[in-house]
Amino acid sequence: MATHTLHKADTRGNAEHGWLNSRQTFSFASYYNPERMGFGALRVLNDDTVAGGRGFGTHPHDNMEIISIPLEGDLEHKDNLGNTEVIRQGDVQVMSAGTGVFHSEYNKHADREVKFLQIWLFPNRLNVSPRYDQVTLDMAAMQNNLQQIISPAPGSHGGAWIHQDAWFHMGAFEKGRQVAYDLKKEGNGVYLFVINGSFTIDGQSLEKRDGLGIEGTAQVSITANEDNSQLLVMEVPMQVTQKS
Amino acid sequence: MVLDQLHILAAGHHQEIMQVLHRLINGRENWTGKVVASTEEAITACSEAPYHILLLCAGIPEADAAVIKERLAALQPHIIIIRHFGGGSGLLESEIRAALDAHQIQLR
Repeated sequence: MATHTLHKADTRGNAEHGWLNSRQTFSFASYYNPERMGFGALRVLNDDTVAGGRGFGTHPHDNMEIISIPLEGDLEHKDNLGNTEVIRQGDVQVMSAGTGVFHSEYNKHADREVKFLQIWLFPNRLNVSPRYDQVTLDMAAMQNNLQQIISPAPGSHGGAWIHQDAWFHMGAFEKGRQVAYDLKKEGNGVYLFVINGSFTIDGQSLEKRDGLGIEGTAQVSITANEDNSQLLVMEVPMQVTQKS
Repeated sequence: MVLDQLHILAAGHHQEIMQVLHRLINGRENWTGKVVASTEEAITACSEAPYHILLLCAGIPEADAAVIKERLAALQPHIIIIRHFGGGSGLLESEIRAALDAHQIQLR
């Protein structure tokens, strides 16, 4: 029997720092809600808007798979692994923090905001060597199609890879388009996040920035309710264990 | 149980990250803490002072986590041992608060 957990956009945490507005689906920093501690291996889903020229100064991470997906604008990344990169709408960035990494993220432009999703997953292996990667997605392939953007294995049909048995897909759909998502691994659940527009998912209506977690199912039915409706589908393990 | 002050010990191998955690932990009004670089140092610290929570941070393998739990069972049986993920401020507060909730401990 499938169980559904709906997180309406306006029930998320909201951290307003002037230069940063962060809407947090799950407990993060000073936002603490014991009912919102993640969805399986998915621990953080932050919907961040950073003012022009501002950003996150150098700070550490460890033992976390961190995925950044720009929605508008350009984000400049620098880390102590020697990477200095700019990620743009249509890119996805992954960082396996492992034994520890320091990085900064700044809005590349002084005159406009950058909006991006910051997603953290617990890794399936502790203390891996830190690793950075970014890929440019095939946006045309996402039209009326769920395109894979994250997977557990290098070279697995496109996108980037992480240290977790997780698969992410994104797609942009015309009104009335229907698609099914088939889960790839038994024991996984799926968290669906509406980037734009609106959808009906397993009979549940979702609006912009709503999230829906589904456990105990092998397939999810998705219908777009308006043109240019964009969806992020995150399949993750529901039981979190780590090898050393 | 209601505490005036929460004493946290954090063990991890990455010196710079542990310095950040030290600053974050001691930056809270009713948290105090110490950081150490290994499980052996954590056991020594627990023999010298009481702690409410032990955070196991980056570099500490699960095998060492099992050893430290066994050794602290006699030394500090009430210490709460949790793994810290993320290496900074993102998850620290919710990890601590969730651990306190699970053990029905409140901070004034």
